[in-house]
Amino acid sequence: MISLALLSLCLFGAACGLGLGWATKKFRVEPTSLADRIDQLLPQTQCGQCSYTGCRPYAEAIATGQAEINQCPPGGASGIKALAGLLGREPMQLNPENGMEKPVAIAVIDEQVCIGCTLCIQACPVDAILGATKQMHTVIAAECTGCELCIPPCPVDCIVMKVPRPGWDAWRPPRPVMARVLPPQHPLPEHDAPAGDM
Amino acid sequence: MKQDTAAELARNAGKRVFHFHGGLRLHHHKQASCKVAVQTLAIPPRLYIPLAQNAGPAAQPLVTPGSRVLKGQQLARFDEPSLGFVHAPTSGTVVAIARQPVTHQSGLEGLCVVLKPDGLDRWTQLDPIEHWRSVDAEVILQRLCESGLVGLGGAVFPTSKKVDEARKSGIHTLILNGAECEPYISCDEMLMREQPDKIVLGALILQRAVAAEQVIIAIEDQMGEVFSALQAALSRADCTDVRLVRVTTIYPDGGEKQLIQVLTGLEVPSGCRPPELGLLCHNVATAAAVAEAVTEGKPLLQRIVTVSGNGVKRPSNLLALIGTPISNLVDACGGYTEDAARLVLGGPMMGYALASDQNPVIKAANCILVLSQRDVQPGQAEMPCIRCGECARVCPALLLPQTLNWQIRNDLLDQATDSGLGECIECGCCDYVCPSHIPLVDWFRFGKSEHNLLSKARAQSERARDRFEAREARLEQLRQDRTRRMNEKKQALQDRPPSPDGAPGRGQP
Repeated sequence: MISLALLSLCLFGAACGLGLGWATKKFRVEPTSLADRIDQLLPQTQCGQCSYTGCRPYAEAIATGQAEINQCPPGGASGIKALAGLLGREPMQLNPENGMEKPVAIAVIDEQVCIGCTLCIQACPVDAILGATKQMHTVIAAECTGCELCIPPCPVDCIVMKVPRPGWDAWRPPRPVMARVLPPQHPLPEHDAPAGDM
Repeated sequence: MKQDTAAELARNAGKRVFHFHGGLRLHHHKQASCKVAVQTLAIPPRLYIPLAQNAGPAAQPLVTPGSRVLKGQQLARFDEPSLGFVHAPTSGTVVAIARQPVTHQSGLEGLCVVLKPDGLDRWTQLDPIEHWRSVDAEVILQRLCESGLVGLGGAVFPTSKKVDEARKSGIHTLILNGAECEPYISCDEMLMREQPDKIVLGALILQRAVAAEQVIIAIEDQMGEVFSALQAALSRADCTDVRLVRVTTIYPDGGEKQLIQVLTGLEVPSGCRPPELGLLCHNVATAAAVAEAVTEGKPLLQRIVTVSGNGVKRPSNLLALIGTPISNLVDACGGYTEDAARLVLGGPMMGYALASDQNPVIKAANCILVLSQRDVQPGQAEMPCIRCGECARVCPALLLPQTLNWQIRNDLLDQATDSGLGECIECGCCDYVCPSHIPLVDWFRFGKSEHNLLSKARAQSERARDRFEAREARLEQLRQDRTRRMNEKKQALQDRPPSPDGAPGRGQP
């Protein structure tokens, strides 16, 4: 009798073990690397102010401990806070050597002045400038990350950074500061009877 | 529950009346504005017609300053076809197309057509669809779209778009929402009392457009006269598949999802629209506008606006042209009282304060509430949340407002969204009962817009990453190609036998 019980338990255990082994292989989730998770938090401006060539190399440098988390001006204080949260560190001040935090702006080319030299097109890290040799260039506003890398190469200084004019789309409700004021309401006597069929 | 219960319940809409979770019984404050009949407001000296009445991009003007326009003429066209046109509310001359303060929570300026009426009120050529019972539903839809019809309950969603989407999912029950739940607002009640035939006609046209089997007109049990007026209209129209249902007055029973729950006992699932249950909900005022647009060919040029509150001398309902400055409406109601303190667009629970009474009436403006000094108590200081749970008890969307509040304050916007922030209808019940005077709805509005912004920024950075990687890959490919070509050339030079004069083989084929 006892042998039967032991045998069935062993068989049951073996079946469970096989099932688990198969499930580990079948449902294996590739772990996301630390650099990937850091890269997710970076603003992808690709501006190089962190002294690396782009957001991805900076993420890898943070992951290997070669760079601090306070070198990204476009990410700003909120970006540093997010990185600190991910890495379990204390938030720190933005390193002024890398630049200052400023409102997001987009590049605008003065099309009257542009000579069509293509230098800005070569500098743009996200291919957001359209044009050809001796043809007018223009910035695709929706794709511009505001990295400012197109400004130094321009020989005629026809590119300026503009903060988009706040319109309806940009408007958002302010952070609440005070309790809302409501007109006095006089509650009616409670009717507890549920509504009947009409 | 059986599998088919949900569909069955949806089909039996209105046969029994159910309850939704939470809600409040509020004092109606409607008697003041319901005493007198709806008056038609005189044409004001200037009309300011905003070019972006619906959320989204502004319409493109079709007229220039100086053009003479007729009543009902198209002034501007939206790029998005389903939004239709902006129409001239009366005949006159376009004075300017300029930035003016518009009726919006932000108080920002927007592009408006400034119209100087000539006082003649001459109509443009109208094109009524007389045989709407026999025409194709597409024709009716096209007409709704051209007439610039939007939901007049407050959401200003384009009616043609809503009907079109609903037709695709198949509708068995059309619900007309006459449950005007917010205190003070009585424009729908007055419309139902005075023009019940038009509402019934609009209901039949909408029923025809979506091929619904039955129509339910839902009103609140406190609207005594409305019931008899609508019943008389129904018997005049001789329609048997339209039913009138009275629901218990509990705020916010006029919310679309709440009304559906009251009529069917079904909760509209999160992220799901009522048409997926075979139900389509329209406001009664929208139905009346549908009737006008189809049988008379008139676009949406005016609406009934309730002007009420302790800050106005003679509260009443006015039929005002879109674009009329709000000050004209207040003047028609006897002007402000001595202690008028605040101007609110909408009701006391969901409305927002306006910066000026020069803002124009828009299609969404159902009520102008003027609060007096004694209504506007000095702001009570916010106190910490004591976790009493009153907010969760009254929330009609079954959310946990205290949790959402905590998450938004701590910038945990993703968590707040997972907790159902998007389901909040901003009815203000939680705000009203909070013993700590926490402005919960303000936090939820703030949280929603912050999360929206965050999602946009994430999508943008995702795109930037893709473009950056694509560019890097392209440059790498170019580098490799160049190296390969150089190597091939080098190889070719090395393989070539030296020419007799010792010079490299340049210029040879």
